[in-house]
Amino acid sequence: MTAEAIAEAPVRPVEATPGKQPMIGAPVRRREDRRLITGQGRYLDDLELPGAYEAAFVRTPHASARIRSIDTTAAARLPGVIGIWTGADLPELVKPIPPKVSNPLLRDMPRYPLPPERVHFVGEPVAVVVAESRYVAEDAVELIEVDYEVLPAVSSTTAALAPDAPRVHDELDDNVAIHVTQVAGEPEEALRTAPHRLSERFVIARGGGHSMECRGVAARYDVGTGQLTVWPSTQSPHYTRNMLAYFYGMDEDDVRVVVPRDSGGGFGPKAQFHGEDAVIPYVAMLLRHPVKWIEDRSENFVATMMERNQVHHVEVGFDDDGKLIVVKNVFEHDQGAYCAGLQVPMITLSTLPGQYRIPNIHTELIGCYTNMVPTSSVRGAGRPQAVVAMERMMDRIAEHLGLDPAEVRLRNMIRADEFPYKVGLTFRDGSPLTYDSGDFPSLTKAVLARFDYDGERERQALARSAGRLVGIGLGAYVEGCGLGPYEGARLRLTNDGTVLVTLAATPLGQGYETIYAQIASDAMGLDMEHIAVATGDTSRIPFGQGSFASRTTVTAGSATLQAGRELREKIFEVAAVLLGAPAEELCFQGDRVCAGGDPGRSVSLRDIVQVSNIGKHGITMPRGVPAGIEVTSYFSPERASYASGIHAATVEVDPDTGQIKILRYVIGHDCGNVINPLLVDGQVLGGFAHGIGNALYEESFYDDAGQPQSASYLDYSLPSAIEVPKVELVHQFTPSPLNPLGVKGAGEGGTIPVPATIANAVEDALRPFGARITSLPITPAKVFAAMTATNHR
Amino acid sequence: MKPRPFTYLAPTSVDEALAALAEHSFDAKVLAGGQSLAPLLNFRMASPEYLIDINDVAGLDRVRRVDGGWHIPALVRQRTVERSPELRAAFPLLPAALEQVAHPQIRNRGTVCGSLAHADPAAELPTVMTALDATMRVASVRGEREVPAEEFFQFHFTTSLEDDELLVGVTVDDLPPATSTGFAEFAPRHGDFALAAVAGVVTRASDGAVGAVRLVASGVAARPQRLTAAEKVLLGQRPTPDVVGAAERAARGEVDPTGDIHASADYRRHLVGVLARRVLTTIAEEGDHA
Amino acid sequence: MPESPSGTRTGHETQVVRTTVNGVEREAEVATRLTLADFLRHELRLTGTHVGCEHGVCGACTVHVDGAAVRSCLMLAVQANGRRVDTVEGLAGPDGELAPIQEAFSKHHALQCGFCTSGFLMSVAEALKEGPIETEQAAREVLGGNICRCTGYAGMVDAVLEASQTSYPTAKGEHA
Ligand SMILES: Cc1cc2nc3c(=O)[nH]c(=O)nc-3n(C[C@H](O)[C@H](O)[C@H](O)COP(=O)(O)OP(=O)(O)OC[C@H]3O[C@@H](n4cnc5c(N)ncnc54)[C@H](O)[C@@H]3O)c2cc1C
Ligand code: FES
Ligand code: FES
Repeated sequence: MTAEAIAEAPVRPVEATPGKQPMIGAPVRRREDRRLITGQGRYLDDLELPGAYEAAFVRTPHASARIRSIDTTAAARLPGVIGIWTGADLPELVKPIPPKVSNPLLRDMPRYPLPPERVHFVGEPVAVVVAESRYVAEDAVELIEVDYEVLPAVSSTTAALAPDAPRVHDELDDNVAIHVTQVAGEPEEALRTAPHRLSERFVIARGGGHSMECRGVAARYDVGTGQLTVWPSTQSPHYTRNMLAYFYGMDEDDVRVVVPRDSGGGFGPKAQFHGEDAVIPYVAMLLRHPVKWIEDRSENFVATMMERNQVHHVEVGFDDDGKLIVVKNVFEHDQGAYCAGLQVPMITLSTLPGQYRIPNIHTELIGCYTNMVPTSSVRGAGRPQAVVAMERMMDRIAEHLGLDPAEVRLRNMIRADEFPYKVGLTFRDGSPLTYDSGDFPSLTKAVLARFDYDGERERQALARSAGRLVGIGLGAYVEGCGLGPYEGARLRLTNDGTVLVTLAATPLGQGYETIYAQIASDAMGLDMEHIAVATGDTSRIPFGQGSFASRTTVTAGSATLQAGRELREKIFEVAAVLLGAPAEELCFQGDRVCAGGDPGRSVSLRDIVQVSNIGKHGITMPRGVPAGIEVTSYFSPERASYASGIHAATVEVDPDTGQIKILRYVIGHDCGNVINPLLVDGQVLGGFAHGIGNALYEESFYDDAGQPQSASYLDYSLPSAIEVPKVELVHQFTPSPLNPLGVKGAGEGGTIPVPATIANAVEDALRPFGARITSLPITPAKVFAAMTATNHR
Repeated sequence: MKPRPFTYLAPTSVDEALAALAEHSFDAKVLAGGQSLAPLLNFRMASPEYLIDINDVAGLDRVRRVDGGWHIPALVRQRTVERSPELRAAFPLLPAALEQVAHPQIRNRGTVCGSLAHADPAAELPTVMTALDATMRVASVRGEREVPAEEFFQFHFTTSLEDDELLVGVTVDDLPPATSTGFAEFAPRHGDFALAAVAGVVTRASDGAVGAVRLVASGVAARPQRLTAAEKVLLGQRPTPDVVGAAERAARGEVDPTGDIHASADYRRHLVGVLARRVLTTIAEEGDHA
Repeated sequence: MPESPSGTRTGHETQVVRTTVNGVEREAEVATRLTLADFLRHELRLTGTHVGCEHGVCGACTVHVDGAAVRSCLMLAVQANGRRVDTVEGLAGPDGELAPIQEAFSKHHALQCGFCTSGFLMSVAEALKEGPIETEQAAREVLGGNICRCTGYAGMVDAVLEASQTSYPTAKGEHA
């Protein structure tokens, strides 16, 4: 892995304390690692819940059906079975799960945790079995007989929009869940008058998150306190708590959601609320006994939300110089059986223009119900698709005019002096879509330099003349991140003299225990070793949103910074009294506060706690000493900050087999200031592997009846170390003005432009054939078909 | 994904194993490496009442020299064969194919015979054993019999094994002099089951012409398919690029694959031609240098 | 589930397993259908071995049986009878000293969520026993039997090459 800083080094948002090594920006090794490499991690299924019962679900094998009856008698007789509940047995749970992000135009259809009558996708749960072990629970599931009236189903947006399509929801007269159009300028007029017009249809397949740890939830009800403790594998503990309180009609404070310390990846689906999340804690309450459900991979393949599936009809108008005059994109988005949230298509809607100045824009979403598992965010969340639509057309424009595709991009990019830049569309919260900062042309030039673009083109020409199919692709993107509404951090000096940073956000491998200690360390001027980080427990911090959409460093990071600064002041307030020195003269030395740099005049954090947190029963506090050293701070960004990047790839296609080999890959990205470069590079490279999956391998197939066809890893291919090529990284750091750390998000940028970049490169490689690549993932079979289609022309 | 209940039997001799198979026959499954059977048990797609684990059966885990060939008994792991210097020298086809079977962690457990008994039409070993004209040694309480590979594989996941029979081993005869072999497959990712594969065994006459040839493809039919039309093109000819090209076309013409989510029928047919050409080209080069 | 006339298929059929796990002799009575992965995790509470797919593909459950790396989701607990099993918990020395590959994983940020990590470590540990791993391609092949969704593998490749150099200082490698 090669990393290269091309712009100035990251700006230090925080003045480092004199004499103290700054932590923000340092490649600090992770604190989490030791336990994880020695097998001491604690994931959900590792929880000590002695005697807990285990659950399994009966799931419909039909994509669309009415439940006539469910016979559980044989299963109930099986030794070891504790209880069985169908949807009809739990009327309290027949409440719709509201979409996570909605819109007044949405024709929302109720999604029930355990639907009592009507099922809409294969894998939807219809009954739950609780037994002494998962083995027995699965035995019982097989003995439950469900009588279904099977109904016709639709399993693509094209099928859903056909005039005589079966309806996914009986209540609606068609399968359109939402239809939204956004317009800037005069797109229709511009299309009519543009000197050049090109259009294309792009299809992007369904794909999943595929965290290596599946979902799960465990729960225990304490009759004595009336408190329900729930351990979900969620990215958003407070969201889960709020949903459970709503479902059960309980006080929020009586529902404690604790995310296990370690989580085996999220990538989006774990930020959603699935029906099982409501069912398991409920039966644990009914049974007054701990119950756990650990999703297995075959359930994950059918019942965990997916994403990606969209069909884009895109049209561009441009002048002789390749300058964009107008883009019009109408896209079908596969919402699945229910709308779990509109975040994904709304993001696609507003991501379309990307890095380009486009005076006229028409972007139109047709969200469709289909008889497949609902869709929601998966790493990248609607952006990779928009980038396919835009970036593929940039290459087509270059081809049409005989221009270089890099040059066409540079001619259209928003300049550095145009920020904040108003795109002309509205963001999903209704505010004008505004890019805060960036420098697209300079990052592009740096990537082209690193890639040795001109040299690479020469080598390509040489290879071509030798009959090899070598192609070069570029893909630029923007990523709105650091979304609101807010995130919090609670900092406390604990009784052993450690500063404890408590976050509502939960880590999924991003190294929060390390990053937030780094931020707090610089905010306070205190060494990291005296700072601990706790996450993911609603009883430790009352409000929060969660880790999703590359937002946490911006929000929780800024909150930690604010709270750290205030905590330092509070500690110094106490120390000032105890040392009889003015606060301005104080600083930290190790675990002591020291006056005027003189170790002889110092007081330890433990002593400070003794005075201010613990105190002496019945004895008056010393004057000037505040009680309880604790600060809670929330940060709400005024709007999204925009990360950006551009990828460049060289690929070679085997003319015999259509096999694609990636010869080079350069990633340039700008995610503002960086807290820990080691971890940011890790996020980018991990995201990249996911993008490779989307570009070349991953597809969740369904047949026409809505039956999943790729429900194991033999049929759904995740990229391994052999498929993911080496990457060269180029960094640029344009700080965001929207938060005190100047950071943006880093979790998804590695993923977003990969499908577009690879597709551009493959089409470039096939240019001698004039073959078109319009469907993702690009399998060798599709390449072969594209080559033979043009051969026959 | 937990197996259904079964009765677990762990015989320690071939006779015990055969007796158990005779008693439970249709209700029993042999467990060898478990690398195909255990996933099926976990998915609850297989549900034998009796699982007859042969891993403790004595005397089945060593490759041995037999008259004019090698015998690979039922418990020899794929990894053992792949690393055996004797077998690598005698049958370069075996390591060439085995290195493409899954991953070392799977081959550490998976047996050669298990793969043959499982008869997955996309698997490498049935194709290679057909090309090598191997002989299956099959036993039951009723006696022993020998089945040539070409008769052994019948259909998707179906062999000529009866319910009470055990595949005790496979015997491969030494290759005649002036014989070259080749293997090529196409899989979307390394270690995946191949979309198509071709194995070839070619013996040259003294004038360099092809004296005998076996060319076998997988991924195009319900069992390993001999590419007889392509073989006919080659017989009696020196494998020049023209002849190889004609064989490629013949191979493409004689297979009739079906399409699935991973590859269309057309694409598979095309691949078989390409792979046949690749195999024959290596074989031709090797033979010309010999 | 078909019922058996003899009534043997209640799922409660058990057998005694005696096995040596990370050098310690263990004996337990287990259901015959219990997988080795579930046995290690839930009976012996060695939860460092993870379960990601239960069909042999992801490799999160990789352990060593008699020294060979295998998928513990594809073995039965009863099949470990009389055999030696080693898991990630046994990789570090008794004094807690990390194995070279563990140290290198942390140094090169070869893990994020850590769920896949144990399986990768066990796969690499077996390969390193067999000899040095000297090229990036060789490292990728060693890693190729396991899946990680978080890291993109770059750090792992570096870690494998470095661990190989630590273990075989005289071998030449691509990595310095
Ligand atoms: C992730 C993964 C990837 C794989 N990829 C490939 C691949 O690319 N190519 C490939 O070819 N294979 C692949 N396999 C399958 C692997 O090669 C299996 O090991 C092999 O197919 C079966 O051998 P086994 O010893 O494990 O048999 P088992 O799984 O124990 O048995 C398989 C079947 O054969 C029967 N059987 C086994 N031995 C005998 C016997 N001696 N007599 C009678 N019946 C017997 C069993 O009853 C069962 O029905 C893969 C497996 C996995 C888990
Ligand atoms: S859990 Fe065993 S390989 Fe995935
Ligand atoms: S670190 Fe999360 S799957 Fe590998």
